[in-house]
Amino acid sequence: MLWLDKYRPKTLDRILVHEEIAQNLKKLVTEQDCPHLLFYGPPGSGKKTLIMALIRQMFGPGAEKVKVENRTWKVDAGSRSIDIELTTLSSTNHVELSPSDAGFQDRYVVQEIIKEMAKNRPIDTKGKKGYKVLVLNEVDKLSREAQHSLRRTMEKYSAYCRLILCCNSSSRVTEAIRSRCLNVRINAPSEEQIVKVLEFIGKKEGLQLPPGFASRIAEKSNRSLRRAILSFETCHVQQYPFTSKQAISPMDWEEYISEIASDIMNEQSPKRLYQVRGKLYELLSNCIPPEIILKRLLYELLRKLDVELKHEVCHWAAYYEHRMRLGQKAIFHIEAFVAKFMSIYKDFLITTFG
Amino acid sequence: MAPLLQSSQPWVEKYRPKQVKDVAHQDEVVRVLTNTLETTSCPHMLFYGPPGTGKTTTALAIAHQLYGPELYKSRVLELNASDDRGINVVRTKIKDFAAVAVGSAQRKGGYPCPPYKIIILDEADSMTEDAQNALRRTMETYSKVTRFFFICNYVSRIIEPLASRCAKFRFKPMSEEIMSSRISYICKEEGLNLDEEGLSTLSFISQGDLRRAITYLQVVPAEVVQALLAACKGGNFDLANKEVNNVIAEGYPVSQMLSQLFDAIVEADDILDEQKARISKKVGEADKCLVDGADEYLQLLDVVSITIRALTPV
Ligand SMILES: Nc1ncnc2c1ncn2[C@@H]1O[C@H](COP(=O)(O)OP(=O)(O)OP(=O)(O)O)[C@@H](O)[C@H]1O
Ligand SMILES: Nc1ncnc2c1ncn2[C@@H]1O[C@H](COP(=O)(O)OP(=O)(O)OP(=O)(O)O)[C@@H](O)[C@H]1O
Ligand SMILES: [Mg+2]
Ligand SMILES: [Mg+2]
Repeated sequence: MLWLDKYRPKTLDRILVHEEIAQNLKKLVTEQDCPHLLFYGPPGSGKKTLIMALIRQMFGPGAEKVKVENRTWKVDAGSRSIDIELTTLSSTNHVELSPSDAGFQDRYVVQEIIKEMAKNRPIDTKGKKGYKVLVLNEVDKLSREAQHSLRRTMEKYSAYCRLILCCNSSSRVTEAIRSRCLNVRINAPSEEQIVKVLEFIGKKEGLQLPPGFASRIAEKSNRSLRRAILSFETCHVQQYPFTSKQAISPMDWEEYISEIASDIMNEQSPKRLYQVRGKLYELLSNCIPPEIILKRLLYELLRKLDVELKHEVCHWAAYYEHRMRLGQKAIFHIEAFVAKFMSIYKDFLITTFG
Repeated sequence: MAPLLQSSQPWVEKYRPKQVKDVAHQDEVVRVLTNTLETTSCPHMLFYGPPGTGKTTTALAIAHQLYGPELYKSRVLELNASDDRGINVVRTKIKDFAAVAVGSAQRKGGYPCPPYKIIILDEADSMTEDAQNALRRTMETYSKVTRFFFICNYVSRIIEPLASRCAKFRFKPMSEEIMSSRISYICKEEGLNLDEEGLSTLSFISQGDLRRAITYLQVVPAEVVQALLAACKGGNFDLANKEVNNVIAEGYPVSQMLSQLFDAIVEADDILDEQKARISKKVGEADKCLVDGADEYLQLLDVVSITIRALTPV
């Protein structure tokens, strides 16, 4: 088992970061009425971990017995009927799914599937909770229509069903949805907190950590706990005993983007653009999300650039990322950004060096 | 059969007012509807305003008070965004319901039971224009036997021909006073003591409860906004970028951040009007991009970059 899973705290009492939130959540389900919840915060900050621990707090260890299913639903979409396939993860008391996986058909998932799930009374009424829980991932990726469709469902069937929504950008969740939930912000753990978790894992594994080793990993993790634990384990596989000089290697795809950035800085020409396109395709076909590619590319370019250009380049990154959201094919927009950059940079070189 | 469960409704539903007179803070609509209860005359209605201000509550309450539990099902059709309300549904389901004739007014079981039905179209701003257009005819044809209640957040999303046929009521955002009195009422009902510890749990909980109280929580701490503004004034791109990264890592909603940054800039004495104008324009654009689903980090960075340039003397 990966350390990521092996050391994921199972109960609210064992949570190492966000302890205060964990304790508040515990109070909420043991003493009080529990409203719908919206967890939001950056990737790898520990949202899912808290949610799972919370569900366990509600329903006991039984909640950990989950089954994963690929299910197909037939739903009425106006005049025709369509098939929607989704993966669900469920226990007796809860179901987890990512409605945005249905793409532009997400509205039907909310109107038909989720509504139906919410309507049904909980199967297990022996437990003292009279409700079941629906966990919806990535609600920030839901279309507006789908979000609207969720509103009344959240009110009408709330006696039997509590929703736990989870997302990265709460700005993309409509106010109407946000205002129907208790909003729980999960910030990225600080580097010190990450060090604490790494040291804890090190101790459990019986490892010797050279001084400063854990904090070097934490520094490179971009405050993502997931990232830190993953590179800790990678380091361990690569070389143990650890040495204080041991390199903490970046992810493959990050290295690849750093190469692309150098390519672009070294030559600005149609031919180079064509080569870069090939590399971008490579990244996309490895399922690296386009906005992540664009942001990482910006990060690499900003490191190399003169101040003046930084402003302009960050503007165009924002500009093309926005266009990418509205458009259909991500590659066009990333490539347009690269071309734009090449042209700006070439101009700059000519005016500066002639 | 499983025994009936104890009510496990979350407070926000449990304390949804059941009667029009208990709706707080929306005096005008309460007055008009109280009158309706006496005279049974009722125009088509359009309720609009921000989330959690009582629109759905009011519509459901008047419908229940007019017909009582027995007739409710046959006289009231409630459709919301969780139902398909495409043009087909407007042409069939809504029209069929609207067309049914009802007997003359007759008080039943203490309820006024006026001689018309009510169709509540909640969250109507999510209906397409085509579907709304298809409603026009139905509304006109059956206005003798049917009243429409449109409910929405944005009145501009309701097409003019529909809006102009309705009595419009704007639901005002709750004041803090009303919210806290409502919260202490709920505490009393729930037998909660407002001692210090209870209060801290409560401030955690209440945000999800009286819906509007959410805005408290959504606020970005002033220090964070000030730190970002200070970084912009400092003029160093890299330091400002770091600050932006921090905002994202802390998980603050960027839309909220933008609106607070905007306030801070507009209020600042040491920023010229022209500079304010340049920044504001960008804030507006970024806000729109966020609505389109653009990346929060990139949009905030773009705003910060413009701000730095606007504030740096050339
Ligand atoms: N409170 C915690 N204490 C110790 N380890 C934790 C804690 N929270 C998370 N972790 C570790 O960090 C990893 C990532 O956390 P998690 O999956 O909860 O992140 P997430 O916020 O859901 O991320 P994403 O938005 O990318 O899905 C977990 O696998 C777990 O090992
Ligand atoms: N004016 C009010 N008086 C008393 N309670 C209110 C009032 N407004 C809102 N509430 C409380 O907030 C809850 C939500 O209100 P309601 O469903 O009517 O909001 P809404 O205006 O329909 O919002 P949305 O636009 O998001 O649908 C109610 O269940 C009630 O507990
Ligand atoms: Mg997750
Ligand atoms: Mg409503």
